[in-house]
Amino acid sequence: MLSVTWLVIAVPLASAFLLLLAGKRSNAWGHWLGVLASGSTFVVGLGAFIEMLGLDAEERATSVHLFSWIPGDALNLDAGLLVDPLSLTFVLLVSFVGTLIHVYSVAYMEHDANRRIFFAYLNLFVASMLLLVLADSYLLLFVGWEGVGLASYLLIGFWNHKREYATAANKAFFVNRIGDIGLILAMGLMFTYLGGVDFETVFAAAPEASVGVLTAIGLTLLLAACGKSAQFPLQSWLGDAMAGPTPVSALIHAATMVTAGVYLIVRSAPIFDGAPDARVVVAIVGAITLLLGALIGMAKDDLKKALAASTMSQIGYMMLAAGLGPVGYAFAIFHLVTHGFFKAGMFLGAGSVMHGMRDQVDMRRFGALRTSMVVTWATFGLGWLAILGIPPFSGYFSKDKIIEAAFVGEGWHPWVFGSAALVGAGLTAFYMSRLFFMTFHGKARWTDDQHPHESPKLMTIPMMILAVGSAFLGLILATGDRFVTWLEPVTGHAEEHEPVIAVPVLIAATLVLVALGLLAAWRKYGTADVPTEPPAASLATIAARNDMFQDSVNRAVFERPGTHLTRTLVYADTAIVDGAVNGEAASIAKTGEVVRRLQTGQVRSYAALMLVGLATIVIIAVVGGN
Amino acid sequence: MVNEFAFWVIAVITVIPALSLLFARKAVHVAMSIVLVMVGLAAAYIVLAAPFLGVVQIVVYTGAVMMLFLFVLMLVGVDRREDLRETLAGQRWIAVLAAAGVGILLISVIANVSLTLAEPQTGEPDAIAGLLFGPYVLVIEALGALLITAAVGALVLTHVPRLTPKHTQREIAESRVRVGANPVNRPMPGVYARHNALDIPALDPEGNPIDESISRVLEVRHQTIDGVEYRASLPEGERE
Amino acid sequence: MNPIAFVYLAAVLFAIGSAAVLLRRNAIIAFMGVELMLNAANLALVAFSRIHGEIDGQVMAFFVMVVAAAEVVVGLAIIIAVFRARQTISLDEPAELKG
Repeated sequence: MLSVTWLVIAVPLASAFLLLLAGKRSNAWGHWLGVLASGSTFVVGLGAFIEMLGLDAEERATSVHLFSWIPGDALNLDAGLLVDPLSLTFVLLVSFVGTLIHVYSVAYMEHDANRRIFFAYLNLFVASMLLLVLADSYLLLFVGWEGVGLASYLLIGFWNHKREYATAANKAFFVNRIGDIGLILAMGLMFTYLGGVDFETVFAAAPEASVGVLTAIGLTLLLAACGKSAQFPLQSWLGDAMAGPTPVSALIHAATMVTAGVYLIVRSAPIFDGAPDARVVVAIVGAITLLLGALIGMAKDDLKKALAASTMSQIGYMMLAAGLGPVGYAFAIFHLVTHGFFKAGMFLGAGSVMHGMRDQVDMRRFGALRTSMVVTWATFGLGWLAILGIPPFSGYFSKDKIIEAAFVGEGWHPWVFGSAALVGAGLTAFYMSRLFFMTFHGKARWTDDQHPHESPKLMTIPMMILAVGSAFLGLILATGDRFVTWLEPVTGHAEEHEPVIAVPVLIAATLVLVALGLLAAWRKYGTADVPTEPPAASLATIAARNDMFQDSVNRAVFERPGTHLTRTLVYADTAIVDGAVNGEAASIAKTGEVVRRLQTGQVRSYAALMLVGLATIVIIAVVGGN
Repeated sequence: MVNEFAFWVIAVITVIPALSLLFARKAVHVAMSIVLVMVGLAAAYIVLAAPFLGVVQIVVYTGAVMMLFLFVLMLVGVDRREDLRETLAGQRWIAVLAAAGVGILLISVIANVSLTLAEPQTGEPDAIAGLLFGPYVLVIEALGALLITAAVGALVLTHVPRLTPKHTQREIAESRVRVGANPVNRPMPGVYARHNALDIPALDPEGNPIDESISRVLEVRHQTIDGVEYRASLPEGERE
Repeated sequence: MNPIAFVYLAAVLFAIGSAAVLLRRNAIIAFMGVELMLNAANLALVAFSRIHGEIDGQVMAFFVMVVAAAEVVVGLAIIIAVFRARQTISLDEPAELKG
């Protein structure tokens, strides 16, 4: 199966094109074709996984050469796939979660006239995402990178008849472009200083390169990762991206695409190994985002936007772990996988709630849904326990390891990063519990026309499967350090480091903070009455409700100066550049106007001139001859 | 050495007719003068030990080229008198100065060279042929191609494509019947008359003139004769 | 008498021919001027052939005659074509090249 890994890209891509080209006649069966295409990628991925398990750890990186892509002198690039434990982990995550969400979407999008197109876009996304993680060069990765950006844009704006949804899609696209510039610059730097853009060349040349070059590449890669993974300061698009259908939010904006930045950082480990400063910046960005996302999540009343803030925060954890170096790589990916399960499960749960509540997303209008939506409550609850990090659910194993890793190191790093991770755990417990209690517990605050009911089986079964994953995946993978060992060929063996605080103390502190957050949320939202209108609040809450004024900041810092700069440049262009060009043209035209009169059109004048010319030539010949 | 008398005769019969190019008003006069120039040049060639070339000069230039000029002159109108006044400002002065300048320049150049006279070698046809079909055979081939091309080119340039289909005799007759005109040709002038001139109408069997037998052009010009005097004059008694 | 005299004669004829091309508006007469210039060149060639005692010059003059014959055919055809199109052979008439 390893040699046919290219099928996992080709099949969903072909399915996407077929669905888009076949038109309305495929309306009846198009969604099942999409599910089939996605499911087949999982089958191929599983086959490859089983085959790889049979290999020794050293042989687990397989290169699949596809075709000669850019045959050139300086830049000679083949299109190929790199199948190793890291990329295969992503293949399994993307195809498994993706297939479940495909199934879920069949029911969720049932009443949408464009369900076929939706599945085409989902397939396109799956193909692009798998290309991204399987590529063996940064350039091919970039193709997938842009592909997922395109799919994300199309899906956020899927209901583009609503103006704000279309705007949200544009916003996501633009912010992602900023990140893409980072990736393009990184590729340029690699080509100039490391001699290529494929992983093999770059990683082979990285140890010899200067620290300055590696730092520059690392920072530009970080910019790319920030754009794709909604990390500070490019986080503003993720909240608005919730405009897309909920399965999209689950698949793209929670489980898979937004983790591409983490993948990029972990994949580029050899570069960051030589650039400790860039690595610290990665960790700082992760820490800031993790706290920022948590704070925003505490104030949001919109169910999906609160989950989006939580996603931001959790990816902040992953970034932080990735910024810690080899000690954190495996845990970053571990948390990424478990997060993919429980966050996708919770988003699907949110979709189920919306399905039963006539697309209501305001949590202040929910409450007491536990009784009417038991399956949703149970599956969402397992995801909630997982993200809180309560043992023995998945999140405990992954997040706790990140907190431990954050406390490893010397100087100020462990204290700052460790405290951020620790505080973040407490905040997470508070806002996720708030979300859970406001939705499923307390008193019913429904509007009159809402009659909550459980979702159909096609929706609940994927949720159950994801809930099982949320519950037990961490335990299964953490037992005997299976996952860390599995990833070792890629992330390298991490030396055992002792955190600056003893591990049992750390675990206890984390659990205490989580319990405190949970209790605070229970007291405020589980037992007390929740007002249906947001109450007047402190400045900090207002700031959090407004996403920390990220849009205003962007507008003041980037948009206004940009507008003025553009206007100045336009003026300069008109006055100076156009002036020079037009002036030159005008002067030539004037000259022509004058010289034109020499052309009398009279044949005999021309003949006279020819004769004069002949005489001149004879004179020159005679005089020159002497 | 050449005959000095011959030179001066040739100089006179070439330069003076050549001046007609500048002063003659009628193109035909110019063409005839140039014929004379060509004959003079043929004489010069013979004097200069090139008898073959002299004969070719007469055949090609006086016989062919200048006659071609005359034909074209007839095509475009022989009796056109040309106005010699100059229309372009300054053209006359420029032309005279340039032509005279070139002439003086050439003469001064020739005057400055000194050439030793070699033994004359007469250009007999066989000697010329030896060169033409020896070292210069490729040039001859190329010139043959050039002549063919020129002939085809002249045909193409003067060819006028027919824009309407050609009428057959049958079609002409049918169209006459259709409009109700006389289906037969008009009688020729002078038929049955006692005279065959174009300006005298034909007579019908009764001896009366048929007016439409005469060209309309002549009628417009009033150049016809009524033909009464030529009608058959039978003795008075034999008439009804 | 030295045959170089014929070269002088050729120069004079050439000057007359060129003046005719520049002065006459009638295309046919101007064309005859061109012919006269060609013949002047031929005369010079034959005279030099006589001076040098080689007949290569005469062969050259022969070639010039052939080329001139071809030229006359095409040139006159052009004049006729122009006359058909414009009903005139004045050189001043076609002024499409006027700037």
